[in-house]
Amino acid sequence: MSNKTLYDKLWDSHLVREDEHGTGLIYIDRHLIHEVTSPQAFEGLRIAGRKPWRTDSILAVPDHNVPTTRRDEGIADPVSRIQVETLDQNCAELGITEFLMNDPRQGIVHVIGPEQGATLPGMTVVCGDSHTSTHGAFGALAFGIGTSDVEHVLATQCLIMKKSRNFEVRVEGQLVPGVSAKDVVLAIIGEIGTAGGTGCSIEFTGSTMQGLSMEGRMTVCNMAIEAGARAGMVAVDETTINYLANRPYAPAGELWNRAVASWAQLHSDPGAVFDRTVLLDAATLEPQVTWGTSPEMVLPVGGLIPDPDREPDNIKREGIHKALAYMDLQPGMAITDIRPDHVFIGSCTNARIEDLRAAAGAVRGRKVADSIKQALVVPGSGLVKRQAESEGLDEVFKTAGFEWREPGCSMCLAMNADRLEPGDRCASTSNRNFEGRQGQGGRTHLVSPAMAAAAAVTGHFSDIRKEQD
Amino acid sequence: MEKFDKHSGLVVPLDRHNVDTDAIIPKQFLKSIKRSGFGPNLFDEWRYHDHGEPGMDHSLRKENPDFILNHPRYRGANILLARHNFGCGSSREHAVWALLDHGIRVILAPSFADIFFNNCFKNGVLPIVLDEEIIDRLFTDVDAAEGYQMTVDLPAQQIHLHDGEVLSFEVDPFRKDCHIRGLDDIGLTLEHAAEIRGFEEKHRETAPWLFDKTS
Repeated sequence: MSNKTLYDKLWDSHLVREDEHGTGLIYIDRHLIHEVTSPQAFEGLRIAGRKPWRTDSILAVPDHNVPTTRRDEGIADPVSRIQVETLDQNCAELGITEFLMNDPRQGIVHVIGPEQGATLPGMTVVCGDSHTSTHGAFGALAFGIGTSDVEHVLATQCLIMKKSRNFEVRVEGQLVPGVSAKDVVLAIIGEIGTAGGTGCSIEFTGSTMQGLSMEGRMTVCNMAIEAGARAGMVAVDETTINYLANRPYAPAGELWNRAVASWAQLHSDPGAVFDRTVLLDAATLEPQVTWGTSPEMVLPVGGLIPDPDREPDNIKREGIHKALAYMDLQPGMAITDIRPDHVFIGSCTNARIEDLRAAAGAVRGRKVADSIKQALVVPGSGLVKRQAESEGLDEVFKTAGFEWREPGCSMCLAMNADRLEPGDRCASTSNRNFEGRQGQGGRTHLVSPAMAAAAAVTGHFSDIRKEQD
Repeated sequence: MEKFDKHSGLVVPLDRHNVDTDAIIPKQFLKSIKRSGFGPNLFDEWRYHDHGEPGMDHSLRKENPDFILNHPRYRGANILLARHNFGCGSSREHAVWALLDHGIRVILAPSFADIFFNNCFKNGVLPIVLDEEIIDRLFTDVDAAEGYQMTVDLPAQQIHLHDGEVLSFEVDPFRKDCHIRGLDDIGLTLEHAAEIRGFEEKHRETAPWLFDKTS
């Protein structure tokens, strides 16, 4: 019974059955749904004549395709519009709770789940979206699934899966002011690589993680998938409980007290064995900037673009060559000499209130540089937007020359109208710098909100620690 | 799902680490609400010179002759030879649908991203993990011999190479069985419906707050 990891506990408490080969059937508590990966699942259900197992486990929201301007005019792109309407129809027909596009609670699925208290400690949470790992910040087992598995969960409330390995990433020490959760997770990915967590669930532990707010923990868990791990998680503590108290979907009254008492178990036991542990010293971390086309291609802001000819491995060398050609960067160039022409502050990684406060802090009283063609702030949800406006952050951004938009995934993956043109270079608070991710031919540098904001006002990447002096 | 027993065909090598699902099927094609028709847009940004959008006649677009799938010797290939961490990034099952629609039934790589790997098995595409040295050698051999073919025998868990050599591979027994028989795993899970209901009842007693909302 003792010496279990947090992941072991979550797995064991949701295991319905296990076959002779160790394949488990895992019960799913919360199913989050958006418009892109669900239509084929609903169609499959309908064709097979099946009904959803438990509609009250589902929360749906359109986020990938929604416009971030002029919502009153609807969705201009007919193909996007059909996809959102299909979600609306499926949810209406089956009695599934959905926050419609113009609902003030609408937003990015991974922002609204926690914000509503629909994500709770001890849950299994799935969504047809790889960044579902975000919800692990609450001591939940949360991971992304494909559309066939969306259908499987709809029909059975379960998933067939094998237990993954336990991977501990322990971060100890005090972060320097200006170094954020985003920098922590980018540094972790730089250390273990984009396949470092394949086949694993990562638990982020240590004093640095305990010191992070829930927003910060969500940023770290969000990018666990960028390290190859389907699930990232953090143990429950007072910060978790305080965040959840009085959220609309969180339990209340006596049920809340019972839940809180039960959540006290949601941590790895002393002496629990991990298959692998990696340690990071927070005090030595600098703000991070990606320079290539994979999140593992990342350097501290004081770094220089690597020279591919010094890479001994053939395939890696070729990879660096390709990345530098795509990014139009030269070996030996200083990161601080890179000049973005776009800035995107948003996404399920960094569009929560704390992110917007950090970005606004670096912008206040300054102007977006003339060389920046577009600077966007896209809040993670309608409620984040409202909160930011009540704090006057929208005015800080607008006065500086940023555009203040409606919530959605926006330019993180450019499924709506917000996208880069070929050759554009973007300082982005999102999670993926893949070729074409923010628009075909677009070049993405992943950074923290404060670093993106600093790049907007200086016109190049600059060390936010110095900017704040 | 289509049954998978033995599969023979031409092999195309994609010599690149960390091929992500954004590259396999770019986002603009995810707006479709169907499961089919993604084949012409497989690797769209690498495969064509122009920018692709849904609804275009892709047969009229200018192909990039340098992209490996466009080389005349690899036309019609239905086995993909790949590198580390194939299918990383987004969970989009559209990536597997695009590969399948293009005709790819087998992918060989030293490692796959977890979600992509799982999605393959839901669609009759077989991802096979082989040691890096073997993958290295296959890249060399495929390059050296035009028309390089192999046969994958799933029941025997063997690959019959071009030169007659036979390799073994590992596959999860449950997934192997589903693949060979073309089984719908939802149907299989529903055979345990009573057990799921039993679990659910106990779960509700232990943690009633998980059943409190959302309707």
